[in-house]
Order: sequence, then C-alpha cells, then structure tokens
Amino acid sequence: SSGQHRMEDFRKVNALMKVPALRDGSFTLAESVAILLYLTRKFKTPDHWYPSDLQKRAKVDEYLSWQHVNIRGKGSKLFLTKVLLPLLTGQPLPPEKLEEVTEELNVVLKQFEEKFLQDKPFIAGSEVSLADLVALVELMQPVGAGYNLFEERPKLAEWRSRVEEAVGKKLFQEAHEGILKAKNFTTDEIAPELMEHFKHQLLKQ
Amino acid sequence: SEGASKVSLLKKVPALKDGDFTLAECTAILLYLSRKYNTPDHWYPSDIQKRAQVDEYLSWHHANIRANAPKTMWIKVLIPLFTGQPLPAEKLQEVMEGLCTSLKQFEERFLQDKAFIVGSEISLADLVAIVELMQPVGVGCDIFEDRPRLMEWRRRVEEAVGKELFFQAHEMILNIKELSNIQIDPQLKEHLAPVLMK
Repeated sequence: SSGQHRMEDFRKVNALMKVPALRDGSFTLAESVAILLYLTRKFKTPDHWYPSDLQKRAKVDEYLSWQHVNIRGKGSKLFLTKVLLPLLTGQPLPPEKLEEVTEELNVVLKQFEEKFLQDKPFIAGSEVSLADLVALVELMQPVGAGYNLFEERPKLAEWRSRVEEAVGKKLFQEAHEGILKAKNFTTDEIAPELMEHFKHQLLKQ
Repeated sequence: SEGASKVSLLKKVPALKDGDFTLAECTAILLYLSRKYNTPDHWYPSDIQKRAQVDEYLSWHHANIRANAPKTMWIKVLIPLFTGQPLPAEKLQEVMEGLCTSLKQFEERFLQDKAFIVGSEISLADLVAIVELMQPVGVGCDIFEDRPRLMEWRRRVEEAVGKELFFQAHEMILNIKELSNIQIDPQLKEHLAPVLMK
C-alpha cells in the first residue's frame, strides 16, 4: 500500500524514525536543530537566524541545548499523553495523568520566560533567531493537543505573535495545519510503525 | 545560601563566566570556547556536512545518553547520600536498560566503524559523549566492559585529549564513591529528599 511505501522510504532516510529528516544528495541528516543549522550555513541565511556575534550565538546555542529535555521534552510528553495514549490504550486519559504532565510543562514554561525570554522581544535580543523558531514550533505540540498555554501568559502570547510575523503568518499557519488538528487524530491516520515508536516514547517517560 | 550553592555544583555544572557574560549548557559553552579561542578545526569542522554530523550528535545526545548515563550516578550514590535510603535495585535495572538502548544506538548510528563520531578525527561530539559515559563507570557500572568497539573508541578519545588531562578531568567522577563519606546538612537532606525521589 502507499502508506507502507512511504514508511519504507522515510525509514531509509531516517534510521531513528524521528521526524524531521533531510536528504541532500547522498547526505542524510536527522535532528531538527542540526538540520536548521545546516540550512543556515548552506544557504547563507540572514545573520539574525544564527548571529555571527559570539555571545548572541552562544545564547542561541544555550537555548537550543536546554530545550531538548525541557520545552521539547515536556511539550511532546503532553502531546503524546493527551493525544496518543488514549488511542493506544483505547481508554480515556485519567485526569491526574493530564494534570501531572501539564504541571511539568508549566514548570519549564516558567523557566523559559524567566531565564530565556525575560523582557526581550526575542530570545537572543532584538531579532528573531533559530532559538525562537524552535521554541515556538515545539510549543505548537501541546497547543495542538488542546492545551491553551498562551491564554494566560500575555508575555508569551506577544512573543508568539512577533515570531509568527517574523516567519510570515501565512507560512506559519500552513506549517501547523496538521498539528492543530491533532485532537481529532484517529489510529487510521498514523502508520502502525509510528504508533509502535510513540508507544516506546510514552513508556520511556 | 551555602547549601544551595553546594547543590548547584552537582545540579548545573558546568557554567561559564566571561566578564559580564554568563553561559550555561555544556554544548553552548564548548562551542563558544571553540570559536573564541579558534581551536583546531577538527573540534567543530568547518566542512558543513561534518559540522552537521557533530550537531546531529550533540542534539540527539540530550534526550538519550545525557538523559540516561547520569542517572546511574544519582541512583547509586547521590540519592542514597541525600535521602539516607539504600539504593533501589529495580530503579537501577530500569536505568541500565535505558542506557543500554542508548548505547546500542550510539554504536550503530553514530560511531559505526569509524574511529570517531564524525570520521577520522576527534570532535566535540566525542568529548561530550565520553564525559557523560564516564559517569556510570565512576559508580561501578562499566559500560565499556562488554563493548569492545566502544572500549577502543574510548581509548582513542583519551589519547587524543591526553591521558593525564583526561583523568584529571574525571577525578571527581571516578572518585564519586568518596562522596558517600561526606556529611550532608540534615536540613538540606530534608529539603532535597522529596525532590530526588521523583
């Protein structure tokens, strides 16, 4: 079936079965941070995405490093727990479980605001960078799962608006069309191997 | 407070201070230093594909090796030290299983049959990996024992860094068991125990 075929091709490119993946001729690359950095270098993108100023660049690196187990880790944990766990178990999600993963995300959101964003327009300062892009993209997962985390966080909501504008609102919307429908996912829409993979991810948590 | 600063030594090492500029996160610090001091190219190759492979490892590292390896130290030494409770055996089993999975991926996806992660020369990727992997060794879980390829790689990394410097850097980790003899302020214990048990 075409689903199977897609899965095979995708797996060839990505031995770790982790979206996203890049193929540039015979060169393959996984890990979204690595891909973004590669693209900024290959296409010599405007400086602000990954500033040449040593200290600004270090601030971007600092965020990109920290976010793996924090914003990304807790955001995807909420997404997997809220959207996929019920699909896997066929049972509704226990409210205490949802509360637990939400609280974990709330803690890192606080750290994000206080340590990384502070009172600046963007993480690295006055201009948008890869750090903001990666941060917002990861935050769209819990949003897609139905957690309106921007609702009671005006500073974050304003930052989100600035990042969307810097990227281009239409492009941003397009990119997130899928995830924003996540609440309505059914098992048919997810390849069985991917479900297995998510199951492992959930069990790791 | 004094207690808190003792803890932060264990929790958020390392950190860099360069005049007014402060930086956390090991990866960010290493990259900053390699740029500031114009270190030899192989640490963070200028070839964009090799560089991307270093980035790829550094990215994967966080949720995998770094998520699992240090837990061995927590389970075997630090938790018993701070909570006064003995080492939880099933917890250690769980952690070792997670670590084994990461090690398998490390060997098959990143190291493969190459001398170092990115090819024939050592890079920041190898450095970051080895530092984390020394933690289980320090508490008696010798993950290199049954893994000859990893053992060889470790030997090469030690040599590239310089054996003496390597052991100096890991002195604390390799003697972490000595930490068990330190007296911890009972108030600090009380405060930390519930946090650590999570």
